Amino acid sequence: MPRPKANKVSALLHRSPRLRLAGLITAPAGWLVLVYIAALAALLITAFWTVDTFTGKVSTDWTTENVVTVLTDPVYQRITLRTLWIAIAVTLIDLVLALPMAFFIAKVASARWQKLLVVAVLMPLWASYLVKAYAWRNVLADGGLLEWLGAPIGLESPGYGETAVILTLSYIWLPFMILPIYAGFDRVPDSLLEASSDLGAKPLTTVRLVVFPLLVPSIIAGTIFTFSLSLGDYITAQIVGGTTQMLGTVVYANVGAANNLPFAAAVSLVPIAIITLYLFIVRRTGALNSL
Amino acid sequence: MRLSRSAKAILGVVTALVFLFIYTPLLLVVVNSFNADRTFGWPPRGLTLEWWARALDSTGVREALVSSLWVAAVSTIISLALGTLLALALLRYQFFGRDVISLLVILPIALPGIVTGIALNNMFTTILGVSLSLWTVVIAHATFCMVTVFNNVIARLRRMQGGLEEASADLGAGVFTTFRLVTFPQLRSALLAGGLLAFALSFDEIIVTTFTIGAGDTTLPIWILQNLFRPNQAPVVNVVAVVLIVVSIVPIWLAQRLSEDSVGIGAARVKAKEG
Repeated sequence: MPRPKANKVSALLHRSPRLRLAGLITAPAGWLVLVYIAALAALLITAFWTVDTFTGKVSTDWTTENVVTVLTDPVYQRITLRTLWIAIAVTLIDLVLALPMAFFIAKVASARWQKLLVVAVLMPLWASYLVKAYAWRNVLADGGLLEWLGAPIGLESPGYGETAVILTLSYIWLPFMILPIYAGFDRVPDSLLEASSDLGAKPLTTVRLVVFPLLVPSIIAGTIFTFSLSLGDYITAQIVGGTTQMLGTVVYANVGAANNLPFAAAVSLVPIAIITLYLFIVRRTGALNSL
Repeated sequence: MRLSRSAKAILGVVTALVFLFIYTPLLLVVVNSFNADRTFGWPPRGLTLEWWARALDSTGVREALVSSLWVAAVSTIISLALGTLLALALLRYQFFGRDVISLLVILPIALPGIVTGIALNNMFTTILGVSLSLWTVVIAHATFCMVTVFNNVIARLRRMQGGLEEASADLGAGVFTTFRLVTFPQLRSALLAGGLLAFALSFDEIIVTTFTIGAGDTTLPIWILQNLFRPNQAPVVNVVAVVLIVVSIVPIWLAQRLSEDSVGIGAARVKAKEG
């Protein structure tokens, strides 16, 4: 017996599937529950605490003041509506750009090109979020590329502000919309399209009556990404937003400069609530399985 | 559906334009890292290697790079171990709470980064009273990197046949020997791909990092954020940005070649899931 100890453990594990399962699941499930779920639960609780104005420390006196302020103060209502509007605009822009492109890659391009184009969509997906936001700072800058491109046709660069935030976020999250829609188109069999055409449907009719209904879960999967990621953004708003405030910037300001974690926690409940509501609404479409 | 030639051509042109839209800003950063003009007016008036030399010479950049590599490496190792264990458990066993756990693992990429960031920040500082450091960043990164490893391993496990492992056990191999000689070799390329994706994800991450990093520490993305608004640092920021693009794209490209499983967008959150 070269390694008696290991053999004993191994024999024990071999006899008992329950022990094998426990050995596998304890560490990862423990990590997720102790680190992540505990943190989310603590966040929810912290939103109902206060900050001692003298010491700057969090005090555990219960209050609904933070949550009430976030919900009723016109300032935060405006910021919530603006953030929602930005997230919706970004989602719509990405949808309009992604649909024709995903269709082309899945159904028109040859097999070899298809592979290449998918990789070409994927690569910038992984290029740093920060670098992409920063790239747009370069594009939108005074005397930058956009001004140079727009000058001959009389267009001005929007400069830094809300429009710049929408443009930049659309840019950053676009691949997250293209990929699920591409996968959706890819799953629609060609024979179905041919049958529709054989029965006399024009291409647009086929798209409307055959392709689109099959594609709905993929489209919703894409919108979950663009919508949810835009709702939580604060870096892009900082980099190209000028003075534009989003929910994320309020959270960040309250964690850092204002040192009011309970209030930041209360503000962060707003995007959590909106996303949970959205997920709840789209749950029945089967979109959650295509994430 | 038979598309007319002109319809195909229009779709092709739209696709080309969107690709132009995707790649132009990134190329602009690369070009500007060689731009002799400090304000990056377009078109560039001259090219220079000065910013690259200054970036290489900067101790701030070097320290940030080392921290980034260290954080990414440690997070990758932790997420490789946890993600693999979890995938094996969820695919091979039926048990109470299995669905809850499979939902739990995607939560860190389904919720916006800012929620993960502030939840962990609050946990560390308010609840536990731990001071923030590179270790707290590692814990945060490992939590969402686990998903990419998990996705890669579970996709591979689904395509593997259990028969080989049973045969190994029938021939008298212990549980550990079977894993080492039968299961692991089949998982190897999926683990490598998942590990590379996790590494790239961690190396790039900014939102969660800003909430979990100590005051004295910097990673490369944090360094960019801190220097972004300093006019005299702008040229060096461009160089660091190019380094970030290259260091994050190369592992993705490698992972893509290693494994057909690694396309899964769920793994991307995200995360984006930066974000």
